[in-house]
Amino acid sequence: MVFVGFGPLAAFSQDAARLYPEDFNAYLVIGTNGRVTVFSGKIEMGQGVLTSQAQMAAEELGVDLGSIDMVLGDTDRCPWDRGTFGSLTTRMFGPALRAAAAKARVTLMSLAAQTLGVPSEKLSVKDGIVSVVGEPNRSVSYGELSKGAKIAQVVDREAVLRAASEFQVMGGSPTRLDALEKVTGASKYAADIRIPGMLYARILRPPMHGATLSRADTSGAAKLPGVTLVSRGDLVAVLHADPEGAANALALIKADWQTPGAKVDPENIFDHIVTLAAPPKVVAERGDVTASRAKAVRLFEATFRKGYVAHAPIEPHAALAEIKDGKVTIWASTQTPFPTRDRIATVLGLDSKNVRVITPFLGGGFGGKSADAQAVEAARLAQITGKPVQVAWTRNEEFFNDTFDPASVVKLTSGIDKDGQITLWDYSVYSAGERAITPCYDIPNARIRSTGGVAYGPGSTQVNLHPFAIGPWRAPGANMNIFAIESQMDMMAAAAGMDPLAFRLRNVTDARMRRVLQAVADAFGWKAAVSPSKRGFGLACSIDAGTYVATMAEVKVDPANGNVKVIRVVCAQDMGIVVNPEGARMQIEGGITMGLGYTLAEELRFLGGEILDRNFDTYDIPRFSWVPRIETVLIKNDNLAPQGGGEPPITTTGAVIANAVFDATGARMFRLPMTPNRVHHAITSLNAG
Amino acid sequence: MTFAPTLEFCIEDNVKRTIRFGLNGHPVTLDTDDDRMLLWALRTDLALTGTKYGCGEGICGACAVIVGGKSQRSCKTPLKTIEGKEVVTIEGLARNGKLHPLQQAFIDHGAFQCGYCTSGMLLSAVVFLDETPKPSRDAIVTHMEHNLCRCGAHQRIVVAIEAAARQMAGQS
Repeated sequence: MVFVGFGPLAAFSQDAARLYPEDFNAYLVIGTNGRVTVFSGKIEMGQGVLTSQAQMAAEELGVDLGSIDMVLGDTDRCPWDRGTFGSLTTRMFGPALRAAAAKARVTLMSLAAQTLGVPSEKLSVKDGIVSVVGEPNRSVSYGELSKGAKIAQVVDREAVLRAASEFQVMGGSPTRLDALEKVTGASKYAADIRIPGMLYARILRPPMHGATLSRADTSGAAKLPGVTLVSRGDLVAVLHADPEGAANALALIKADWQTPGAKVDPENIFDHIVTLAAPPKVVAERGDVTASRAKAVRLFEATFRKGYVAHAPIEPHAALAEIKDGKVTIWASTQTPFPTRDRIATVLGLDSKNVRVITPFLGGGFGGKSADAQAVEAARLAQITGKPVQVAWTRNEEFFNDTFDPASVVKLTSGIDKDGQITLWDYSVYSAGERAITPCYDIPNARIRSTGGVAYGPGSTQVNLHPFAIGPWRAPGANMNIFAIESQMDMMAAAAGMDPLAFRLRNVTDARMRRVLQAVADAFGWKAAVSPSKRGFGLACSIDAGTYVATMAEVKVDPANGNVKVIRVVCAQDMGIVVNPEGARMQIEGGITMGLGYTLAEELRFLGGEILDRNFDTYDIPRFSWVPRIETVLIKNDNLAPQGGGEPPITTTGAVIANAVFDATGARMFRLPMTPNRVHHAITSLNAG
Repeated sequence: MTFAPTLEFCIEDNVKRTIRFGLNGHPVTLDTDDDRMLLWALRTDLALTGTKYGCGEGICGACAVIVGGKSQRSCKTPLKTIEGKEVVTIEGLARNGKLHPLQQAFIDHGAFQCGYCTSGMLLSAVVFLDETPKPSRDAIVTHMEHNLCRCGAHQRIVVAIEAAARQMAGQS
């Protein structure tokens, strides 16, 4: 039995679905030449939705994929969208897009029926040409029917979506629509957009969060030729026709700051969070946790910790703002063009209809490009100077201004009976949130509590807990929750003398989870053994964004220094109907690879509001030498509508490696990242007994 | 704030020099401060935005170009050092509309996601295959270690480089 948690996602997803327009003309227009322009408020940041959305539209509309031109994230042209995050594009926007394309097809067929003088049932469509069945010469094209304009005809017939067994475009892996431009340097990102007369801005930043500016001497900067100086309260900036000119000017500003004392650091932050957090509130509850505590044969108590993690996309935040005749146009590297539009309108004192956000390709987002600060900065400076202004953060600023994955703590007490069945689960999570908080296992007595975490979309800060801004990081909170849940499962399995897979199968009746666990075991070649078996094999599973994930890993640990080398990872995933299999595999490979970062190395160094990691020399992200052989298994489940793809695969990485490390060494890791120092320490503590 | 003497020199001096170099097979002349970094001259003066800024310190490789046949980080390459040399950027990799085998291999094997690191990956790999036409997988990994990718396209990038190497060596 799976808990049904009425967390934020259920309400959120219904809300999101209600906001998509009914009129199919909002989603597509067919030119007289037959080219179909499809409009989506989602953006492309590498997750492949440019292509998968085109596939969905082509499938339902009955046109060739090559005839589709996608327009993404343009607030003037695309249907309103909350933002691209939460593994929601295929899950939530997909149905609306498919329904619109299907409705358009039914309408066009009806128009064709009138034009050709035969009933719709006698017509078929292929590649945008409607013809009479058996008489291919009697035909009319979509372009001829639409005349390149909105289709006003309303057809009172239901548009039925294609079944998976009928797919001709969905379900396949065509060459990505952005492939050619991305390998030739033609793909444009926000900082690549150029307008004559534009200025490049650099903004004076404080040395730490919480600092206030006492005095800024800009006289040196003002003397440089070609420099425009802006000084409006909190906004001190230099602008120049050349980026290095702006950088040189910035270097000449002498500023004095009042800096707050530092109270927190990477070690004391955990107690700080637990002490200051609002009391955890119950998210789900069943049975009697207190009574069952007394009856458990074996009790397990653990505390898990994870530090702050940076998003660190290779493309830093960038935006270009132009104001002409009272209308603002912003090209921005943002996951949330519509909320950005509204925020800029508010800041500039304009109506939203006079602000247009255009979203080029993003060089990565991962949840970190939804606070829009750089777009607001560019808009303000454009308004002040009257010129087009680019704000492109340096890597330094990208680290400083990040909305970090929050540091978090899990306290977990669980118990099993003599048969290895879980009888008790008492879970409290601080500051990670409720994503993936509910274990998939059958547990008769459980209490799951949570305090703090991040909101979806624009980042939330909890100023009393964290010394700088926090925000959603790929599968926000789920990485921590799964690390804790699946590590605990592994501990209980070992204590019960059971193989990790057998223990999980003993405790889960959910058929979908059993199937994905069996699939990964078959692909991995798992042979049952009690941990630690010295083989270095680990298992972890999760449910996230409607997708079931089971992952197995093999590691080698060097006991001399604690280095963890991940040799092989096999991941089985059930995501319902798969729109684009290669795309899904790429997200699995990408999620696992990115996940190695928070698992093995990534933890922000800071002192109060001072960010000590400012570039990749000290903040190590996964490199080629870290990457294991990754094999992916996509479970066939065409009875289920498409589920999330961008985030689920990253969620098991911490747990599967921790469990593999335990199997290799007998050392249980309770904290992420599992740096060589920490692993080495855990091993030597074990040996010391 | 501390302040590098080199910058101070050129700010006070504001000396423009004439720098001549080859760019994607064509001669280019720039009259500008020769302490400026090649990355910004490419992206700003020459409107070639395929070369990307990632870190400004030569760590991530997003800005990688080829100078005189060698892989270089354009964010740390002052214009004065490229006088008289041949520079190749991502825009110059395809010739007469025909993709370089590495570009084709990246497409065929899905060796990119967001595409932002891709220019640097390709140009680093081009030089590598020039030097090591039949690389082992380990050699590829070692060479590409200083190009960063956040999306996690590494596995496919390695496969694509192997495929391109085979293709260029006459097998396929």
